[in-house]
Amino acid sequence: MSAITSQLQAMTAGELTRRILNQEPLFILDVRNGSDVADWQIEGESIELVNIPYFDLLDGVDAALEQLPESSDVLVVCAKEGSSKFVAEQLIEAGRSRVYYLEGGMKAWSEHLEPVLIGQLHDGGSLYQFVRIGKGCLSYMVISQGEAAIIDAVRMTDVFMNFAAEKGAAIKHTLDTHLHADHISGGRKLAKQTGAMYWLPPKDAEEVTFDYAKLEEGNIISVGNTTIEIQPIYSPGHTIGSTSFIIDNRYLLTGDILFVESIGRPDLAGKAEDWVGDLYTTLYNRYKALSDDLIVLPAHFGKVTELGMGGAVSARLGDLFKHNPGLQITVEADFRRMVSENLPQHPNAYQEIRQTNMGKIQPDDEQQREMEIGPNRCAVHDK
Amino acid sequence: MESNKKVDTTGLMCPMPIVKAKKALDELQPGEIMEVVSTDKGSLNDFQAWVKQTNHELLKHSEKDGIYTFLVKKN
Repeated sequence: MSAITSQLQAMTAGELTRRILNQEPLFILDVRNGSDVADWQIEGESIELVNIPYFDLLDGVDAALEQLPESSDVLVVCAKEGSSKFVAEQLIEAGRSRVYYLEGGMKAWSEHLEPVLIGQLHDGGSLYQFVRIGKGCLSYMVISQGEAAIIDAVRMTDVFMNFAAEKGAAIKHTLDTHLHADHISGGRKLAKQTGAMYWLPPKDAEEVTFDYAKLEEGNIISVGNTTIEIQPIYSPGHTIGSTSFIIDNRYLLTGDILFVESIGRPDLAGKAEDWVGDLYTTLYNRYKALSDDLIVLPAHFGKVTELGMGGAVSARLGDLFKHNPGLQITVEADFRRMVSENLPQHPNAYQEIRQTNMGKIQPDDEQQREMEIGPNRCAVHDK
Repeated sequence: MESNKKVDTTGLMCPMPIVKAKKALDELQPGEIMEVVSTDKGSLNDFQAWVKQTNHELLKHSEKDGIYTFLVKKN
């Protein structure tokens, strides 16, 4: 037994992320149910994946062996970890080596955050993007002169606290570009844990049950004591209060309004008809008037192909006006039609997630985790 | 409904509820009924898919206070 288990290796979500970012070939055997895999799976340009439910492998793994290449590493994946270990052990018993299981399963994959340096700021500060690769969420941290601001924090707040501590920065502000519907915000929790101020657009906060600072156009939030400024730009469309920020005159944080390969969906509060016009105005008037050289940093990515060098998700605004399909439809009536005809399936539990982000319900950690299972589905063109 | 066999998997995590259920089902005759009790949340989804895949019949399932009960008829 020990000879067998000694060959079985765990792969952490972090190691898997680095393999995907480095485009190292990896073969994944996903042993969850077919419907779960169809709904949400690990993606990467160097990833090949087959799905055989674990209960089809209880009598033996021959069906899997036929499909698994001997020449590359094989990662067995399931929801939590148990079944993948069970199957991986049998693959090793059948004589395979180079077999891994995903530590913590898709649960861990959904929660992993990979910090990526986006750039240095003019006064010596820096801007980091946190890529939640398993779910497509992007958070940001501005660090300057020992202070930090975090934008669109996800609920794994420890990651932000540890990172800020490593950089010797005190978290002073947490901001949400809008009331999120696809993931539970960590902004308020993080503010509570660190004594920071929590900012939210007031138009998205009409039903919230907690105190917050109002993100309104014209406000300037300083991080550090000199030149980094966060300038909210009121940019409705995805939600009525959606706000964008320009950081250091160079980076445009678009929230869920504009993505690299898509645009935000306007229907997650049940008001697609009302908000699609706002979305049009924001994209084609407000954003169009900004400098083409701004680097767009969205709150989500839809496809793994949107990840660039080192994992960063970003694009020049001018380039998006040339290539992003959502920015090529200049006639408003056509735009309305395109958006309303291309709305994807709703994200998992999006109504409960909105209620949680408003403070109306308080699910425990395990319930929050389950509410967030699956991809983010915030973009119009995804799926 | 009377079951011919009871399988208790309380406290066990995936994949053990299905592993034990399969072993028990293998020992039954066609037409006989097995009752499985599980505390693993994922087992609801898994039992439905497993029974469908293996052409047996999920006669009934219920959940009470975090305890899942399944009645499976062997075909």
